[in-house]
Amino acid sequence: MYSDKFKASLQLITNNREQNAAYEPQRMSAEQKEEILNKYHPDHREDKFATLKVGKNKGDKVPAELCGMLCAHSRIKDIKIDLQNPDYDVDVLIIGSGGAGASAAIEADNAGASVLVVTKLRMGDANTMMAEGGIQAADKPDDSPAIHFIDAYGGGHFAAKRELLSKLVLQAPEAIKWLSDLGVEFDKAPDGTMITTHGGGTSRKRMHACKDYSGAEIMRTLRDEVLNRGITVVDFTAAIELILDENGAAAGAVLLNMETKELLVARAKTVILATGGAGRMHYQGFPTSNHYGATADGLVLGYRAGAKLLYADTLQYHPTGAAYPEQIYGALVTEKVRSLGAKLVNAKGEVFVHPLETRDVCAAAIIRECGERANGVDTGNGYGVWLDTPMIEKINGAGTIERRIPAMMRMFDKYGIDIRVDPILVYPTLHYQNGGLDITADGMTAVENLYAAGEVVGGIHGRNRLMGNSLLDIIVFGRSAGKNAAEKSKTVKPGRLTLDHVSAYEKELEGAGIETELVSPKLLPDYTRKVRSL
Amino acid sequence: MENTVIIFLFGKKYEVPENLTIMTAMEYAGYQLVRGCGCRNGFCGACATVYRIKGERELHAALACQTKVEDGMYIATLPFFPLVKQVYDIEKIPVNEQVMMQLYPEIYACVGCSACTKACTQGLNVMQYIAYAQRGDFEACANESFDCVMCGVCSSRCPAGISHPQVAMLARRINGKYIAPGCGHLNDRVNEIKDGAFDGLLADLMQKPVSELKELYNSRVIEK
Ligand SMILES: Cc1cc2nc3c(=O)[nH]c(=O)nc-3n(C[C@H](O)[C@H](O)[C@H](O)COP(=O)(O)OP(=O)(O)OC[C@H]3O[C@@H](n4cnc5c(N)ncnc54)[C@H](O)[C@@H]3O)c2cc1C
Ligand code: FES
Repeated sequence: MYSDKFKASLQLITNNREQNAAYEPQRMSAEQKEEILNKYHPDHREDKFATLKVGKNKGDKVPAELCGMLCAHSRIKDIKIDLQNPDYDVDVLIIGSGGAGASAAIEADNAGASVLVVTKLRMGDANTMMAEGGIQAADKPDDSPAIHFIDAYGGGHFAAKRELLSKLVLQAPEAIKWLSDLGVEFDKAPDGTMITTHGGGTSRKRMHACKDYSGAEIMRTLRDEVLNRGITVVDFTAAIELILDENGAAAGAVLLNMETKELLVARAKTVILATGGAGRMHYQGFPTSNHYGATADGLVLGYRAGAKLLYADTLQYHPTGAAYPEQIYGALVTEKVRSLGAKLVNAKGEVFVHPLETRDVCAAAIIRECGERANGVDTGNGYGVWLDTPMIEKINGAGTIERRIPAMMRMFDKYGIDIRVDPILVYPTLHYQNGGLDITADGMTAVENLYAAGEVVGGIHGRNRLMGNSLLDIIVFGRSAGKNAAEKSKTVKPGRLTLDHVSAYEKELEGAGIETELVSPKLLPDYTRKVRSL
Repeated sequence: MENTVIIFLFGKKYEVPENLTIMTAMEYAGYQLVRGCGCRNGFCGACATVYRIKGERELHAALACQTKVEDGMYIATLPFFPLVKQVYDIEKIPVNEQVMMQLYPEIYACVGCSACTKACTQGLNVMQYIAYAQRGDFEACANESFDCVMCGVCSSRCPAGISHPQVAMLARRINGKYIAPGCGHLNDRVNEIKDGAFDGLLADLMQKPVSELKELYNSRVIEK
């Protein structure tokens, strides 16, 4: 329920709805986009970044909080660990079990490898589970992988590694088919045609969805398949350090039972990092849409072992995080709300940006509206702008909201807001890690036998990712990492396990004069209130 | 000072701000969560919780991340419930009601008490989707259960020992794979790609100078 203080602004929105629904705001020119990004996007706030003084990316700027983790001490700095009697001994070790990890597990199993999946929370407690909007693939006659490529390449500011992007778009239809054959229930017309919509920055309607539970539907299906195959999954167990062999190739990981704090050792011929994103790092104090375990662990593990980062300085702030009520502050309002026709409207009832500009541009426009232009709505917990959801049914007819975005309706309904009748308040939320570990087209990092897949990877999307291309990349690159890691494992001769790189990294920190109390990876954020605790 | 309420976490009393969810109230009280917390936004079902308001008889079930605290709440989390998941080969499974009989015969022992439906944290008609499963109507079961987050509260209340979320999971996979109409344009495109129909186009894009790609991007025709 909106309290009285919102009434005046709400009235303006309602009065202008008819007119705003019909109004087609101008799209920005390339120059206008560049200008608004430079001035208002959080990635451009120089003071919030720090320069790495150690490791492969020495000299590069990364978010200050990430720099802290990359320059922190190992959790096992002063602990002697017996590596010679591993608790697990497998062909392929997969770290993390969101969509990328689960896809990799299925394909590695298919290829005949013995697979161990370790995951920090439960399988599926992951960003994948939360994706609402959908997954892109150019599978309609008026579309093509080449058009998909152009959309993504431009949307990512012409910075994507082309060989990765090319693989992404070419294998997209096959990814959808694979999921569909596993039983994922995509939205279809009665004749089997996929119901597809636009996402920000797409030039064709190629967003496939499973209502607004797209990620959940994909994740729970993959999880079911992993379990059907009897693949070993060890939950509540985090990787806290990679193990290498004497030649510097990845050969396992040190694991931590999150509940008992027991340390375990896994030996493997190849390792896949599929640890996902970093929203819970709360860069620049932003709220986040991410799951509880999104703490950039994979970047830390990989970096210490000698992997390279790419574009670790670019994050995606989703333009529409919930700004009200406070209980869901930062939670994602799916882009599909805008795909279906809801526009962004300021406190005065004016549409101020085309709702389907790319995410970074939309986010920057909202930050400008709430900041410099002072056209934001005071939520009591910051500022926000309106996202005029009732427009959806004006355009698409009654019943559309319940049918197409039931999760959104439920989320606000719990707080007495009927999004069919009233608009909602939004503000950008930390959503996606655009950058990450640099990989080759076959999924390997700079460390031999260390693969990476999913949000932990950087470079597929360049410096900004379009909606629907991440669910796609976790399937395409997750599967491919699983296949390749399994294949590679057949040729790997197990060597002597070592953690020498960890002590070497500590020396490097010392050499760079870095003094810190921090330890990493972070594993989980700490939201407990601190009052005289031990 | 903000308004506060009194809640009881596992029977122990805490005073917390009234605008918190059960999950954030636990953190306010000092719990560092490991179990019972996944997505923090109503999708993963990790945070199943039961509670009773002091003085009332009814037992409520809820997702801790999605539910505001109320005065007098006695709260117990249910971070794990032993659901039974049967394994099967999706490629070989028969698409008829026999499959339910084989894998989840306990659904036929449903006594119709509706405790599952009353307990559902997503407000689903759980008993109804089990009835569809009994009849082998996988499509109806899939639709009715679609919003399930598999938190397991329904099963914790079931006198017949049914693992409802797993039954529904099976129905959805069967529906998605075998019953939903196939997709012609998808199959066509997959075949075109296999035949290399786009290899030339992509190879061309791979070696174009960025300036040309910018040109292409900025002059895109956007489908209405
Ligand atoms: C709210 C939301 C909505 C989204 N909507 C869309 C959308 O509509 N379309 C789209 O394409 N993309 C969307 N995305 C992005 C997309 O969902 C994610 O980028 C993608 O699912 C990431 O998959 P992943 O497998 O790489 O990581 P995740 O799914 O996050 O999985 C990572 C796993 O690794 C585990 N882990 C982390 N650290 C460790 C460790 N140290 N040891 C062991 N395990 C560890 C985690 O617990 C988790 O299980 C959305 C994201 C969010 C948060
Ligand atoms: S934590 Fe995922 S549903 Fe509550």
